[in-house]
Amino acid sequence: MIEIKDLHKSYKMGSNTLHVLKGINFNVKEGELVAIMGSSGSGKSTLLNILGMLDVADSGEYRLDGIHIKNLNETKAANYRNKFLGFIFQSFNLINYKTALENVALPLYYQRVGRKERQEKALKYLEHVGLKEWSHHLPSELSGGQKQRVAIARAMVAEPKVLLADELTGALDSTTSYEVMGLIQKINDQGNTILVVTHEDDIAHMCKRIVYLRDGVIVEDKEIEQVRASEYVQ
Amino acid sequence: MFSRDTWREIFTTIRKNKLRTFLSGFTVALGILIFITLYGMGNGLINTFDEAFGSDATNVFYIFPGRTSMPYKGYKSNRTIEFDNSDLKDIKETFPMFVENISPRIFRSADVVYGEETNNYTTIGVDWGQQFPEETIMMKGRYINQRDVEERTRNAVIGRLVEIDLFGSRNSMGKYIDIGGSVFKVVGVFQDDGGDNEERQIYIPYTTRQLIEKNTDKIGQIVVQFKPELGYVGAMAFERNLTRFLKEKKFIGPEDQNGFFVRNVAEQLKQNQDFAGVLQLIVTIVAFGTIIAGIIGISNIMVYVVKERTKEIGIRKAIGATPLNVISSILLESVFITTVSGFSGMLFGVGLLNWIGNRLKDDYFITSPYISIGVAVFATIILILFGGIAGYIPARRAARIKPIVALRDE
Repeated sequence: MIEIKDLHKSYKMGSNTLHVLKGINFNVKEGELVAIMGSSGSGKSTLLNILGMLDVADSGEYRLDGIHIKNLNETKAANYRNKFLGFIFQSFNLINYKTALENVALPLYYQRVGRKERQEKALKYLEHVGLKEWSHHLPSELSGGQKQRVAIARAMVAEPKVLLADELTGALDSTTSYEVMGLIQKINDQGNTILVVTHEDDIAHMCKRIVYLRDGVIVEDKEIEQVRASEYVQ
Repeated sequence: MFSRDTWREIFTTIRKNKLRTFLSGFTVALGILIFITLYGMGNGLINTFDEAFGSDATNVFYIFPGRTSMPYKGYKSNRTIEFDNSDLKDIKETFPMFVENISPRIFRSADVVYGEETNNYTTIGVDWGQQFPEETIMMKGRYINQRDVEERTRNAVIGRLVEIDLFGSRNSMGKYIDIGGSVFKVVGVFQDDGGDNEERQIYIPYTTRQLIEKNTDKIGQIVVQFKPELGYVGAMAFERNLTRFLKEKKFIGPEDQNGFFVRNVAEQLKQNQDFAGVLQLIVTIVAFGTIIAGIIGISNIMVYVVKERTKEIGIRKAIGATPLNVISSILLESVFITTVSGFSGMLFGVGLLNWIGNRLKDDYFITSPYISIGVAVFATIILILFGGIAGYIPARRAARIKPIVALRDE
């Protein structure tokens, strides 16, 4: 589903250049639930942004579902984002003047899906995340966990090939975090490919594979069973 | 781009951001309202000027006799100049290409009696052609005609208010009135847009007035109506030639400004129109200034609106909005608000001008302010157009922002 070869990314910081990603090689198969872990500044969010076409790499190769993602103009990138990717952000990023239902239906609006169908589908996904009764509430009327569930429903409504979650439990308490991750696991069980960026061990341990980044390079890439086994040995 | 869905999305945004919508719309509506009011007031001033000169024809010279102020060719200074019948004939014969009508005016005050009613009125001895420069409107009967002048008839044409004063509700036509001891038959009643004073006058043939005054050939003033096709430049040239001709005929020094006086209505009108034109230009510049202020206002608001929505734009882009989606939603919202509020301001402004009507006429010399619908619509469209551009520039900038940068905006 995702193939990355020798990906590099730098940022100009005044007269200095900060080399954030230093040759990342990495593949994700369809249906995987992958955690990308690392400390602050390791490059995990940058990697996720590049995978989500929110940002572009300086060099390297990125294929999404076999499509070579390179030199895309903004329109094409937007279309690919809409078609292939669903985003879940730490700060939810819901539009505050739209109801939960309207927020969830928004990606379908950009796919030119008719209004009735949009609302039916949005309601179905809200039900899926247990928020059908809250569909006409504004984000300000929802708790953090509820907001994140709305964001998950919004990410899923367009039935993307890959869900990208950036610190999705970062703004939630531990109980809600486990609930949300439980939901992510449920979605993954239905065959969806999901990448979760996190710095929390327990959240990462709810994924099927963990990729560790340090200073812009992958230092470890293990299936969860291998991780648990090595932890057991230690 | 113009689907029902797009509009629904825009209306949702407008409905849920009422203050922002109100501020944008109010700026535009106020800009148009001020423009229309100022422009209309300018037109109202011009109306006042036009009205002041509108009661008489504008292609007219009034020549008033005076006294010389310089000796000339053996004649002493301070000599009284009088016009007589030969002057009328000479002017007509010397300037046949220029003169449309020529008439004397012999003003006399007289007690006028009908039955028990007596009043003092101004009588004016005129030729038949005087009707045209005065733009006298006949309500009943006829004006003084050529036969009246040639045969020195005792026919009189009375003003509307003279008829009301002397005859009340009765018909004056064919009745006889006593004017300063001479009996005249009323052959016509006139009205005049020049006001009440002009409608309290009585016209009689100038030849009859001369007959009453011991068969003199003296006339008071000369009214020359020149051909309108001469235009302003031709009229000025004619005035110079006519002045030179009369000075030579009456032995008045070329430099003497007091022998007689020429009041050139065309020149006065031109000066006043020039003044009104400058005034209108100033008002128009100020009015367009308000439009520009409106454009700047809406531009500022649009920049603020887009800035405020940067994060939202980032979210929308992250979930699939293309740059065109972003630009069109901001642009359509901006154009919709400016159109609705622009035309509301326009209608309110036009309504305000109609309401003002003649309320400011007496104190501020503004008569029936108005704006042509073409100018009003043009100004409104200009504001809408620039409102659109004002929305487009920040929208385009916003559409170019990387989603990740927009998402970080707080």
